[in-house]
Amino acid sequence: MPQVPIKAQRKGLEIAEPTIREIETECLIVGGGAGGCGSAIEAVAWGDKLGVDVLLVEKAALERSGALAQGLSAINTYIGLKQGHNTVDDYTRMVHMDLMHLTRDDLVFDVGRHVDDSVHLFEEWGLPIWVSKDGKNIDGAKAKEMGLQIREGAQPVRTGAWQCMINGESYKRIMAEAAKNALGEKRYMERIFICKILMDANEPNRVAGVAGINVRENEVVIIKANAVILASGGCVNVYRTRSQGEGEGRAWYPVWNAGTTYALAVQAGAETTMMENRFVPTRFKDGYGPVGAWFLLFKAKATNGKGEVYLEKNIDMIKPYEQRGYAMGKVMPTCLRNHMMIREMRNGNGPIYMDTPTALAELSKTKTEEERKHLEAEAWEDFLDMTISQANVWASNNIEPENDRSEIMPTEPYLLGSHSGCCGLWVSGPDEDWVPDEYKIKADNGKVYNRMTTVNGFFTCGDGVGASGHKYSSGSFAEGRIAAKSAIRWCVDHKDFKPTLKQSNEDIKNELYKPWYTFKEFGNVSTDPEVNPHYITPGNFMKRIMKVSDEYGGGTSTYYTTNKEMLEAGINYLDLLEQDSQKLAARDLHELMRCWEQHNRLWTVRMHMLNILFREETRYPGFYYRSDHMGIDDKKWRVFTNGKYDVETGKLTLFKRPLIKIIPDKSLEFFTALGT
Amino acid sequence: MPSFVDVEKCDGCKGGEKTACMYVCPNDLMVLDEQEMKAYNQEPQACWECYSCVKICPQGAIAVRPYADFAPLGGTSTPLLSSEDVMWTIQFRNGSVKRFKFPTRTTPEGSIDPFKGYPEPDNIEDEKQYTETELLIPEQTIRQLVEQEDMDHTYVWQNPNVQA
Repeated sequence: MPQVPIKAQRKGLEIAEPTIREIETECLIVGGGAGGCGSAIEAVAWGDKLGVDVLLVEKAALERSGALAQGLSAINTYIGLKQGHNTVDDYTRMVHMDLMHLTRDDLVFDVGRHVDDSVHLFEEWGLPIWVSKDGKNIDGAKAKEMGLQIREGAQPVRTGAWQCMINGESYKRIMAEAAKNALGEKRYMERIFICKILMDANEPNRVAGVAGINVRENEVVIIKANAVILASGGCVNVYRTRSQGEGEGRAWYPVWNAGTTYALAVQAGAETTMMENRFVPTRFKDGYGPVGAWFLLFKAKATNGKGEVYLEKNIDMIKPYEQRGYAMGKVMPTCLRNHMMIREMRNGNGPIYMDTPTALAELSKTKTEEERKHLEAEAWEDFLDMTISQANVWASNNIEPENDRSEIMPTEPYLLGSHSGCCGLWVSGPDEDWVPDEYKIKADNGKVYNRMTTVNGFFTCGDGVGASGHKYSSGSFAEGRIAAKSAIRWCVDHKDFKPTLKQSNEDIKNELYKPWYTFKEFGNVSTDPEVNPHYITPGNFMKRIMKVSDEYGGGTSTYYTTNKEMLEAGINYLDLLEQDSQKLAARDLHELMRCWEQHNRLWTVRMHMLNILFREETRYPGFYYRSDHMGIDDKKWRVFTNGKYDVETGKLTLFKRPLIKIIPDKSLEFFTALGT
Repeated sequence: MPSFVDVEKCDGCKGGEKTACMYVCPNDLMVLDEQEMKAYNQEPQACWECYSCVKICPQGAIAVRPYADFAPLGGTSTPLLSSEDVMWTIQFRNGSVKRFKFPTRTTPEGSIDPFKGYPEPDNIEDEKQYTETELLIPEQTIRQLVEQEDMDHTYVWQNPNVQA
């Protein structure tokens, strides 16, 4: 029997009038990914000693939340100070080069000097880290049995200069267990999605807490706090995905990263930096499996459809950059590698292939049968530890890497600050003599708090910190620790602060549950809950964001190309979409969270497009192109581009901040010896 | 579906309020139908195929049917996660099978004490973390401000949805 669709049962948990729960804490951590887990252990270490209360809230379950939910096959930042592999100064130089010279040396150096310690903790806690001995790779469990531990100086298996291989299926579970055991059961809450930063009513530019929704029961949660560390990751599913069916969920970065960090911070008036930056990873096609191990560990080459190695064929494209101090030696910026590939695609020379058979045949020459088996397992583990979908692509297409090439492809754009990308918030560097005053933010009491944003009491880490990058999992965790110690110090220095909220609890509740009230009011107007003239569903809302970003903001459909007029047209459509965000409708609890996620995506991608509009050059060829400003302009744009939004007036001002070099440059010979 | 629930095997985690898959899904996708005592994925196009639900399900009732928009039917990856390793079975579309085992953890579950063996930290004013005894600074520093033209250049956007 046909039935009107409006009568169908909802799939999600039932939504109803919520209760309001008020919580008070001192140091609040929003997000339990790598950054949040790092924050948790460091905050408890200092907070317990100094009598500062700590609370962590997470939208999912810590055990499998954030970017590491699925696991990871490598730790991409390990300096190797113990082994004498690298110096932190050289790490800072490499990051500066990869990100086209626009990075904060203070922030990058700061992550670099702490990161090894965190990696050693992971190993101590039980993460198996591969070890290299007598030219052989030994998995992490065997290495431990043999007494080979990197924290005691054993050699990790390096792929490039900075990465080391791990058996990382349970990486996040280990990290989360440490965080949970540090916090104890009463100091973390799961399935709480934070929608808003709350500002203090008495002190200007001062955080007073956050408000969110419980995704499991009808409850609005209002948390007052002295300090807030916002560690809610980057932004995914904001540009139209290459896969438009089920595969839309197969984003390279976690699909649940909805731009919460950027959107909430902008609306709290925090200064942003480099929001035009994006990351377009080249990955195995469709499954988005990692290519790092194939390029670096297995020495595979990528070719165009005709079998030409485009990184060699198109190397002349790099000359103009190299002559000006970019792309020196072995540090070929990630965007420029894409740049050479995208030319092949534009010219109709696809598909682009990773030549796995040649690489494996070459490697197998000197190996025994058993060693060849191990090599095969290493290749599969690289996917199975972090991108199982790519193993599925191989299995479904009967691809055996020793016999068949695999396609690779640049993905849709992502916004993040921890991988080879650097959008985020402008934060204070450490309060040390070697850090210039321009990189320090003076707080209300005249003191400087590392990783504090321009809003008093408001901190961030990981994807949230802009103008740095190459932190990856380990660096994000280490940076969470930096932010947490600083936030505890803030709480100690502001012990007498009593947060006073600007809004009433009732107003907050009405704002957060508005999408449900909208549905209640209008849901019975149409027989189809998806098609109703009075509201828009979160699914349709996301599709509209993606259509605008893709067609006007330099998505895949234009080979990442845009210009002033396209951006202005796109931003206009996004402004109209913001009006429609007032008409988002939620039919169950799950959709209520989705409504707020889409709201965050909209605010994030609009900041991104406005920043691309402001920066009149093509700083990141291969990530995006301004067709009206195709070159790099080193006279005007070797600067940070920052933004500040005034929520009262609705005015966003984008402006320049000067770049200050702290770590001196080195010669071409130096970068020729330095790996990526 | 990407992840989907086997009707026969799922027991709804035997009447608990929340099932293991609901507990763990990073994207809030899994829901329990309390009448049928069966779980389901409420939004398959938002599934990352992270396999968290597959790995945690006590009944082995959850599997992944790879994304229909690019994966030909018949290829699957099936994990079996234990306390110290994970066993993978890769089934190819053409019927061939590969098996791999990888370590996941070298310590007993629940054993992590992040503070054990470290002295109580002392100085909140410096940049040393609780496990650290020394702090590096750069070998050599310069403070070179990169001079640029038009430093006062700004761009102002007015949110048309806010009345000034």
